[in-house]
Amino acid sequence: MQSIKDQMIQIRWHGRGGQGAITAAKVVAEAAFRSGYGGAVMAPTFGTERRGAPVTTSLKIAHNKIYDLSPITTPDIVVVLDYMILYEVDVTAGLKPGGWIILNSPLTVEKHLFPGYRTAVANATRLGVEAGLNKGIVNTGIIGAFGRASGLIDIDILTEAIAAEFAGRKPEENALAARLVYDATLMRDSTTGESTDA
Amino acid sequence: MSDAIIESGNVAAAMAVQLARAEVIAAYPITPQTPVTEKLSELITSGEMDAEYVAVESEHSAMAVCIGAASAGVRPFTATSSNGLLYMSEQLHWAAGARLPIVMCVVNRGIGAPWSVWNDHQDAISQRDAGWIQIFAKDHQEIVDSTLKAFRLAELTHIPVMVNYDGYYLSHTYMPFETPEPEQVDAFLPTFEYKHALNPERPESLNTVTLPDARRDVKSIQRGGYMDLRHNLHEEMRLAIKVWQEIDQEFQKVCGRGGAPIIDPYRCDDADFVVVAMGSLANQFRDVVDRLRDDGLKVGVLALQIYRPFPNSIIAEALQSAKHVMVYEKGLSYGYQGALYGDIKSALYPYPSRPCLHNFIVGLGGRGIPTESLFQTVKTACVQDEQMSPAQADEPRWIGLQL
Amino acid sequence: MPDPRFKILTSASTSGPGDAGRTGSWRVERPVIDMDRCIPAKTGKHACHLCWLYCPDNVVSKDLEPTIDLEYCKGCGICAQECPAQAIEMIPDADFIKGADRE
Repeated sequence: MQSIKDQMIQIRWHGRGGQGAITAAKVVAEAAFRSGYGGAVMAPTFGTERRGAPVTTSLKIAHNKIYDLSPITTPDIVVVLDYMILYEVDVTAGLKPGGWIILNSPLTVEKHLFPGYRTAVANATRLGVEAGLNKGIVNTGIIGAFGRASGLIDIDILTEAIAAEFAGRKPEENALAARLVYDATLMRDSTTGESTDA
Repeated sequence: MSDAIIESGNVAAAMAVQLARAEVIAAYPITPQTPVTEKLSELITSGEMDAEYVAVESEHSAMAVCIGAASAGVRPFTATSSNGLLYMSEQLHWAAGARLPIVMCVVNRGIGAPWSVWNDHQDAISQRDAGWIQIFAKDHQEIVDSTLKAFRLAELTHIPVMVNYDGYYLSHTYMPFETPEPEQVDAFLPTFEYKHALNPERPESLNTVTLPDARRDVKSIQRGGYMDLRHNLHEEMRLAIKVWQEIDQEFQKVCGRGGAPIIDPYRCDDADFVVVAMGSLANQFRDVVDRLRDDGLKVGVLALQIYRPFPNSIIAEALQSAKHVMVYEKGLSYGYQGALYGDIKSALYPYPSRPCLHNFIVGLGGRGIPTESLFQTVKTACVQDEQMSPAQADEPRWIGLQL
Repeated sequence: MPDPRFKILTSASTSGPGDAGRTGSWRVERPVIDMDRCIPAKTGKHACHLCWLYCPDNVVSKDLEPTIDLEYCKGCGICAQECPAQAIEMIPDADFIKGADRE
């Protein structure tokens, strides 16, 4: 990911209303800012949010101040909090060639190969419970997969930002979820067909 | 200076109001303003802010409470959007005529019908002539700084101030910004004083029927009639342009930020083509300008930071060397053209050099404003509109229509 | 502190006779108080004073024997209407003019 470190990185988050995609994107914005990205802008889908309905959030990260607040149309990375969304929404819409699809899924990474893109998969739902979170809390876990696949922000800074955001609401468990997912994330590069786990 | 934080524009506004030590908050929730009122009520409940939160039943009452609070000599704040702003319209005119130093954030949103919760500027534009000062913020830092400066401006001029910021684009977007230390704000913003603060020791009736003609009062002091008071409001609102610049300089001394209180030009110095816009749209144009410059076109963008009082001579002088001026706006005077466009056109009339003007209407009711469409429309205007007659160019063009 | 460049003209009036000019000339009838009926005058106590309270031009004094400033009393009759003791009678002003045809 060295090449995109110099320009604006655009990350689109797909989740369901109430699932915490906005909070996850906010945590990553915070962590990006702490690790030296002077520009970090997070814009949720504008308008009405309904529990369970697919929602998206735009996160832009850059070293300089970001002036353009319009929604992302050509992401470098998409993060999907619930693999079932794949059957409702084309999450690859506008995704740049070679871009990342980061997925929370109980299925193996081989079941989620997208030609021309790279995929990172972990079961954040199961690992969240193992970390001591209530069932269905996946937004902090998926941050671990994002950290692992993108390599943009150090996992320690990410987990610090998680703990700060969730102060008083299981901060350690939420941070642990991200660490467990970070370690468990499997990656495949379908631009060449090679595994990038190593 | 505090460390920068990442929060939403609504929280940025609430933090500024907390720092300004507003004493009465009276607001009625309306999307996309709601999180401002929620945050302020949380701060008051937790004891982090020493203020009275008055949960009113409507925006009309929200402004009425602010009028009462300011009349009693305490610092009020409210916020609203869209139809909420229109519902308090009568009270807006009242607050201005009564010369009450009230600060209000307007989180700009389209006006129904049809119902919309999304951004445009028609709410503020429709209240242009209410006698309020109207500031437009481009990002979260400007929301914080303008809100703090607005309290100072309102209290120096005794004219109410509206701080506008775009619904969703700013209200619900998270970005980094800094907040000054409380001591810095206290040094910048003195204790609230209202000239006619109610005092049982010297009873007064405020704003009762005021005759068309001037009169001598019980103490034989010559008192203005309605027209004299309204003329004074106008004259002192004009003077507020200079005062806003002075306040910006004071704020810069204390907080180290500012420098573009009236207009904020970007790459305009040698520009043949200048885009004019207000709010976050002006910032969106910065990337467009950079790309057009790369294509060899001398383009700049000029952000208008204060809409009323209208800084006509400052704008006219800034646009003197441009050949073409493109005004992009999210509101209009129905049946004519963009309100800002019309204002800029009239500002240029007394000057010898009048650039060719173009008017673009964008983003009404939250219609997306793709940066690419801004790039293409400016580029086309630069390259092709040279042949356009001024009368043709004078017709507003609607960008992004789908029907 | 106030900025001397700003006059900040507002409409504010202090209560007192004459705020709307010399309104005594508007009068058709004037109030005349019967001190035998007037509550403060009769009881010698500061009670009632409703005429003082209701007068829109602040021309009734708050004395035990209330007086009316006829320079400014415009003869509206509110005091007579409000007086619970019916101590105030509205009498045509012309009756008090010397040389008028009734004399």
